[in-house]
Amino acid sequence: MLAVFKKELRSYFTSMTGYVFMAFFVAVVGIYFLAYNLNYGYPYFTYSLSSASFVYIIIVPILTMRIIAEERKQKTDQLLLTAPVSIVKIILGKYLSLLAILAIPIAMFCLYPLILTQFGKINFQMTYTGILGYFLLGATFMAVGMFISSITESMVIAAVLSFGVLFLSYMCTGLADFISSEASASYIGFMLIAILVGVIMYIMTANYTMSAVICLALMVADTVLYFVKSSLFESALPNMLNALSLTKKFSDLSSGMFDLTAIVYYISVSGLFIFFTVQSVQKRRYS
Amino acid sequence: MIEVNNLVKKYGNHLALDHISFKIEKGHIYGLLGPNGAGKSTTMNILTGYLAATEGEVIIDGHSIFDEPDLAKKNIGYLPEQPPVYMDFTVFEYLKFAAELKGIKKNERLKNIKEAMEMARVFDVKDRIIKNLSKGYRQRVGLAQAILGFPDIIILDEPTVGLDPKQIIEMRELIRNLGKKHTVILSSHILSEVSEICDYILIISGGKLVASDKASNLSNMKEEKQKVKLVVKCEINRAKEIALKVTEDVKVKSTPQKEYVEVEAFAKEDIREAISIAYMNEKCPIIAMSSNETSLEDVFLELTSGNNTKDNTIKEKKSEKAVESVIDETMEDILEENDENNGKEEE
Repeated sequence: MLAVFKKELRSYFTSMTGYVFMAFFVAVVGIYFLAYNLNYGYPYFTYSLSSASFVYIIIVPILTMRIIAEERKQKTDQLLLTAPVSIVKIILGKYLSLLAILAIPIAMFCLYPLILTQFGKINFQMTYTGILGYFLLGATFMAVGMFISSITESMVIAAVLSFGVLFLSYMCTGLADFISSEASASYIGFMLIAILVGVIMYIMTANYTMSAVICLALMVADTVLYFVKSSLFESALPNMLNALSLTKKFSDLSSGMFDLTAIVYYISVSGLFIFFTVQSVQKRRYS
Repeated sequence: MIEVNNLVKKYGNHLALDHISFKIEKGHIYGLLGPNGAGKSTTMNILTGYLAATEGEVIIDGHSIFDEPDLAKKNIGYLPEQPPVYMDFTVFEYLKFAAELKGIKKNERLKNIKEAMEMARVFDVKDRIIKNLSKGYRQRVGLAQAILGFPDIIILDEPTVGLDPKQIIEMRELIRNLGKKHTVILSSHILSEVSEICDYILIISGGKLVASDKASNLSNMKEEKQKVKLVVKCEINRAKEIALKVTEDVKVKSTPQKEYVEVEAFAKEDIREAISIAYMNEKCPIIAMSSNETSLEDVFLELTSGNNTKDNTIKEKKSEKAVESVIDETMEDILEENDENNGKEEE
């Protein structure tokens, strides 16, 4: 595990990706810090951080796109998978190297509140909780990006797909606000999702009957539930979208609440995607 | 050492390996031979734990590669078809990483790397970035990686592909040296290479193991009459008559030059002397004469194209061609043709 970790770190720093990632990250957060905290004298650093959380959507795919896709493309996974190391350890080593790259700028950000003490009183507990939340948010995004890198051989597809998924997750709360909380709105929304599921099934399995049956079954279930107990549907879709939003929990943390559920949420989502990555690499051995 | 039982591998609907079983004993060099797409690489990838099998088991030194992969993989060094090198690492960095990955102890690592680099002859490029090395050197870096830590079993997938003739000779030399202490399994579609280096030969065709034996036993496998081929200057019917006095099985055909006739005579014993005296007595000059014993090449061609019943005519043509070829000539061209042929069938 250590060997993979060191190797990944080394390749991030020999290929410049690591430097570019950190430089861009620090620069964007730095600009927000300069504008909000230093210029306007706003004492909450977490405010700058949450404004800059969009930066993850851009830089995380760049960092994670190659992590597994490239190994497969260059066939170097033959070395890793034939070495006496389990796949879990290989993936963990890779993930830890991503965390290490992320931790360096985060460690820098830990100094920013100290700069602010020059100008007045700072709520340290709130600020550092926010920074922790920010780190966890990034870590979760990276787990998602790593999983996407493991399902394709092309780095470009991995990057675009990760960007799309992270962007959707980022926009979930915004989308949720659009949808009316009335039951009928959620009913229609779920109908559309049923059709989407059917189409995706068809694309993935090329089995027309099965996808049609599943799509119809979902639609029927949706309709039956709607007519039997329509109260279930009140703001159901917005709630679901909010639950899918990875950034939502961060705003709780950044407002200073040391919300244990948020931390557990991030760690479990990361864990889940690491597990998916291992399964996806494992699955490839069988196909 | 290695025991393979009823290995089956399916890629979707395509059956890549069809119930392959064999045993590999310690301290020999084994050659996995077969046309392209026969399942050599798949077999090796399963032996090393890179791929999982659909059915069957692989036991390495008492450990199943599927149930106890870490213990089983410890005994194996593997050089895949495309050397698994990291392009932006230097040779030394790469080997250091590989040594660490293989769990070689810290105090032995440097010594091990140095030895491996010397054996694979990459010591002089150790500080160069792999991206800038030629294919031959990359191959050798891959080989250095495979022999790191000197595992009991070294598996090499087409180790000489992409090397220049001098490097090929060096590589063969190296493999022979490795074979003194280790069990080496190598794959190739070049017959001369396998018959030159290997003690044992496993022939795979269409996902099936069609033969596995000592190289010398294999060439005896095909009991057939020896063939003598002559070009004589004489009239065609008379040429046949004379030859028939020596042996019963004779074929004659005319050649582009009208006065010459080509005669093929088959017999169990060596009839070269008898037949030349017979023609001399009849005052028919012999222009050329060649004879051919059945060789490994015939066995190979027979085995690898034998299970395609549709293709008997092509097979016959091929075997004939093989016999005609001069003994020393390498079989590469013909094999390639054969490969193409097999490829087409798969499609």
